[in-house]
Amino acid sequence: MSGLRILVPVKRVIDYAVKPRVNRAQTAVETASVKHSMNPFDELSIEEAVRLRERKLPVEEIVAFTAGPPKAQDILRTAMAMGADKGIHVQLDEKDASQQLEPLGVAKLLKKVVQEQKSNLVILGKQSIDDDAGQTGQMLAGLLDWPQATQASKVDIEGDVVTVTREVDGGVETLKTKLPMVITTDLRLNEPRYASLPNIMKAKKKPLEKKTLRDYEEKFGARLKTIKVTEPPPRKGGVKVEDVDGMISKLKELGAL
Amino acid sequence: MFSAARLSVLRQARTQLRCTQPTAILHHSALTRLLSTLAVLEQREGKLNVASLAAVTAGGKVGGSVTAFIAGSGVKAAADEAAKVKGLEKIIYVENGAYDKGLPENFAPLLVENIKKGGFTHILAAHSAFGKNLMPRIAALLDTQQISDITAIESEDTFVRPIYAGNAILTVQSLDSTKVITVRGTAFPIPETEGGSTAIEEGVDPKAECPTEWVSEDLAKSDRPDLGSADKVVSGGRGLKSKEEFDRLMPPLADALGAAIGASRAAVDSGFADNSLQVGQTGKNVAPQLYLCAGISGAIQHLAGMKDSKVIAAINKDPDAPIFQVADVGLVGDLFDKVPELTEKLKSQ
Repeated sequence: MSGLRILVPVKRVIDYAVKPRVNRAQTAVETASVKHSMNPFDELSIEEAVRLRERKLPVEEIVAFTAGPPKAQDILRTAMAMGADKGIHVQLDEKDASQQLEPLGVAKLLKKVVQEQKSNLVILGKQSIDDDAGQTGQMLAGLLDWPQATQASKVDIEGDVVTVTREVDGGVETLKTKLPMVITTDLRLNEPRYASLPNIMKAKKKPLEKKTLRDYEEKFGARLKTIKVTEPPPRKGGVKVEDVDGMISKLKELGAL
Repeated sequence: MFSAARLSVLRQARTQLRCTQPTAILHHSALTRLLSTLAVLEQREGKLNVASLAAVTAGGKVGGSVTAFIAGSGVKAAADEAAKVKGLEKIIYVENGAYDKGLPENFAPLLVENIKKGGFTHILAAHSAFGKNLMPRIAALLDTQQISDITAIESEDTFVRPIYAGNAILTVQSLDSTKVITVRGTAFPIPETEGGSTAIEEGVDPKAECPTEWVSEDLAKSDRPDLGSADKVVSGGRGLKSKEEFDRLMPPLADALGAAIGASRAAVDSGFADNSLQVGQTGKNVAPQLYLCAGISGAIQHLAGMKDSKVIAAINKDPDAPIFQVADVGLVGDLFDKVPELTEKLKSQ
């Protein structure tokens, strides 16, 4: 087998610690002047790719990819500071409805990128914490007709044989398959590193290709129409009880016991 | 001649006019008849996974007929079991050991063949590890944008789902002709599993090659109710301080209530509890009658997995912990005193 050519798609999302607010028009979640960062599952993807190299596997190249607004460039720099060799940024115009990508559109775009970059391993997060769809990796694997291992908590590569332990309902399962393939990361996979200042400086010199959707011959149009976005119904304020007896009697009153 | 022709044209026109009203109704029912859902069921060692029947319930809400699909070795027995489920028109089964582990590399082509043959408009599965792994691959093969983890069905093309860890609720309309959907189990109660008598038929088996080999599994064994579908859940967090304390305090409380055990991500990450017990955005979604938690602060990601519980009770020593904002019953106190006391008092009842 030739070396590993790893593609790591990353997404810029509202920071996980921020409580999202629905906008007044009920069309979306307020994103202006809200802290954004790399999707936490994507940090794990980058970390895993870098660790494969550190494990002395024949990693030829780690390419970080994102499709997003101009500001998404920042997370590509972060990915490069963590160890990715180069970045590709497909700039989207957020105001242009035809450039609102859904997972299927992203998967189609990634298929093109995989072919162009001759990637043989794509590591994605298992879901983005904004739309919580959890689809892109599986869709990409389907479009490429490659094997997939989702929700990976352990990845071993030997030659072109890949052994992946997956988080499933009730425990874990282990699969064995062959490159090229698609892996999606679960939180248990690793502990992402912090980019050090020297590495952040170095990342500024790494190549970053800028592209637009027009560079890819494919239709990415949206298939879903947002009817509305609302706040979830608030829970009614509860009571505080003094002691355990109070808790038991209150639970009985509520019919929970 | 002429007049006869005119007369017949006139008669025809009149007949059509008269038919306007009934035709409209016919048209509507024809549309309903065209809607047909395929509910993808899960099995384990030839036994039907009852939780996967949430897809049947959801299918019933789409309107139109619901067909169930199941595949694996010895799956006829599971199909017979599913035949008793109410609300199904037909069951398609494919008997082949290659599908036992639900590997998407061959399961997706299998389903796509059967979907094309049956002309289904809606493909539904539970938002379980199996559904999450398989359905997007199918959606891509069918060139349709999937809708994940829906909690309600407004109409045949409009669905409701939580986004941003449940902090916003999205109502979305699908413009695709085939809808691929995963459903949140806690939002669609499983149908009656007795009394139905559904026809069973064998499906097509394209026998796609599978490059992936299933090696092994390691499932947490427990006699307690399943976390995802339990009526009561007791859950522990970082406040329990160690695995020893978690194991000392939580199981007796769970037993006293007949509850399943859950944990926060902090507790799982610190090694107090197994990964499979994690409740939250990246773990399980639960919506039991009672969610009783101790030593959990109530981070956004945790709330995402449990805030649809009927009654939430919390024990925490920090009176300002966010969990108290969602708890119906809150007790400020040291869980190392309160949990054993609660366990004792529940047992003696």
